[in-house]
Amino acid sequence: MTTKSKSKSVKSKSTKKSKQKSQVADFGRKTVRDEIVLSVKDLKTQFTTKYGTVKAVDGVSFDLKKGETLGIVGESGSGKSVTSLSLMRLVPQPPGEIVDGEVLLNGRNLLELSEKEMTEVRGGEISLILQDPMTALNPCFSIENQVGEGISIHQGDKGKNLFEKVVDALKSVRIPAADQRAKDYPHQLSGGMRQRVVGAIGISSNPSVIIADEPTTSLDVTIQGAYLRLLKQIQEETGVGIIFITHDFGIVAKMCDRVAVMYAGRIVESADVRTIFNNPLHEYTKALIESVPKLEQKTGRLTQIKGQPPALWDLPEGDSFAPRSTLKFTEKDASIRPELVEVAKGHFVQLSRSSVKDFKKYAHLVDY
Amino acid sequence: MATKEVKNKKNIVPEELGCTTPTKDSIVQVRNLRKHYEVNKALSIFGKDIVGKTDLLKAVDNVSFDVAKGKTFGLVGESGCGKTTTGKLILQLEKPTEGQIFFQGEDISKLSAAGMAEYRKSVQAVFQDPWASLNPRMRVKDIVGEPLQIATTMTKEQIAKRVGDLLEEVGLNEYQSNFYPHEFSGGQRQRIGIARALALNPKLIILDEPVSALDVSIRAQIMNLLVDLQNEHDLAYVLIAHNLATVRYMCHKTAVMYLGVIQEMGDTEAVFTNPQHIYTNALMSAALPSHPDIDRDEIVLPGEVVSPINPPDGDVFQTRTPMKVDQKHEYASTRPPLVQVGKKDHWVVKTPWSIADKDMKVKLEGK
Repeated sequence: MTTKSKSKSVKSKSTKKSKQKSQVADFGRKTVRDEIVLSVKDLKTQFTTKYGTVKAVDGVSFDLKKGETLGIVGESGSGKSVTSLSLMRLVPQPPGEIVDGEVLLNGRNLLELSEKEMTEVRGGEISLILQDPMTALNPCFSIENQVGEGISIHQGDKGKNLFEKVVDALKSVRIPAADQRAKDYPHQLSGGMRQRVVGAIGISSNPSVIIADEPTTSLDVTIQGAYLRLLKQIQEETGVGIIFITHDFGIVAKMCDRVAVMYAGRIVESADVRTIFNNPLHEYTKALIESVPKLEQKTGRLTQIKGQPPALWDLPEGDSFAPRSTLKFTEKDASIRPELVEVAKGHFVQLSRSSVKDFKKYAHLVDY
Repeated sequence: MATKEVKNKKNIVPEELGCTTPTKDSIVQVRNLRKHYEVNKALSIFGKDIVGKTDLLKAVDNVSFDVAKGKTFGLVGESGCGKTTTGKLILQLEKPTEGQIFFQGEDISKLSAAGMAEYRKSVQAVFQDPWASLNPRMRVKDIVGEPLQIATTMTKEQIAKRVGDLLEEVGLNEYQSNFYPHEFSGGQRQRIGIARALALNPKLIILDEPVSALDVSIRAQIMNLLVDLQNEHDLAYVLIAHNLATVRYMCHKTAVMYLGVIQEMGDTEAVFTNPQHIYTNALMSAALPSHPDIDRDEIVLPGEVVSPINPPDGDVFQTRTPMKVDQKHEYASTRPPLVQVGKKDHWVVKTPWSIADKDMKVKLEGK
């Protein structure tokens, strides 16, 4: 059951609108198997700085199923990148420290592994595609070297075998004349091609989870479109689970099955992508969606979120979004630390009077 | 090109296809502007190439448009299409190879030194990266006050007062004028950049990707601020951007550039509701949707973006079009002009292979 457009030469034909609507009920646009590959429970990462302890990730939990794309959205400083680094155990230590939580990848808790075991997991079972593809490659080594490094570490291939696997990896990201390109150095490739190479490194050892940290921010629209389409195709072929870290709701709308919105180190709302767009409950989610101009129609004045993102070393005690909320609430309401509550099947919201307008409707779910 | 050129007469701006704003309503009019860079220079003696051959990088190639008073003109295109170079030419940071820029009807290349100083005061810029465009060693009062120190005869006290007013106007506080740039967030830095651009009461501001380096939630604040300032001061903007949604939100007129040439131009709404050129359609189809239910068919152009070094003599789009190019057609070897679409202010480069047919039209459905 594939629905999303697959591009042919010039124009791709996607499923008709009506057909797509009928599938809204069965969760997203493609089959997401019920097998959970990655389960994060109550993850907490802190940094010790001269201003005090920064709780960059403060109790984050989510599950990722096989073949599913989860979007983690938020402003800079919301903790989304630190979440991804924590999953890979790449948080610099000190000043950072993962103080609590579990990261279960195929049932194994990554936080309990030794550094040596973790090296095998990184780039093997779980891999990271970095923010800036233009600088993620080392200019001194050929493409063959850089793609081959991971393969030789994880699969132990050498020589001719290795070269064949490198070419296969490059072919899987649709790089033309892959055997010749493999000998090239990064500067000989265009931006879009370089990014495909980074993608090839990411998928070369058949990971079960790919973390893509804003992989397309520095790219042109057309190249971005091609790259996102490619990631989707790879996902359909291999069933890899993808975590998309982004601040762009356009990417979320195009790519993700489920969305978790982060604010000040915590998830404030998470649901499947249509619920997030059609029925957002948290004021922050609403504001983020409304603050983006739309390509499809003339937009009236944009809604702007007042104020700045909070400093993480100086968070308010209770609801951290309260100072930027436009709702009416008392100081007492804002001082309660809200909990993430399941308000409908699969729809979790941090319920508080200060940042959920329909709080009354769900008040029976919490005891404050 | 159908140019009615009137020579040796000052103050007459040549009419050009696609440019529909009369001189009295225009702040800047650009005519047949070219900027070519010589790369891989040949060894030559007395103007004759002895060894090798000089390649020309045609960053901007015969561009004409009008920027109306108090309105926003948008330039969109992929990186390398020449939109930033066009901005630099208007700012006089680069000298054009050919062509003219008229400021309120006067050719700026013929301005006196005093006239030029006046022009530089009237045309200001806001840059993309608020981390790189503010000097980290200068206090905010010096950054914002510098144009005033240079271009006016104001005293120190007057400048301090004006800086305070400017900061308030862009949503900062007067006391922050003693701070250094690193003490501000990205959005606040961009506000400082805007305050600096406003200092000399300009008539036109070149906005080069003013929001693309900012967080999504901050973008709305800055865009709203720019719109408010425009209404208040009757400012004209040239917005250089690659995000089409931003352009549709901010701009009154839009021009789509490819390889240094404007391919489609006109009223923003006309261009967005009825895009004619295949390239415009392809750009729009690749733009990210605003809702998960919007599933646009992507129009994929064959090949990669072509290098602007030695582009084709004829239509620059001929190497990217998915249609068949008739090599004998005149536009395969000469540049096609812009032609009008219907009776609207909407112009497009029309060749047998550049206009999107029914199958290639993007449908931007609203939600």
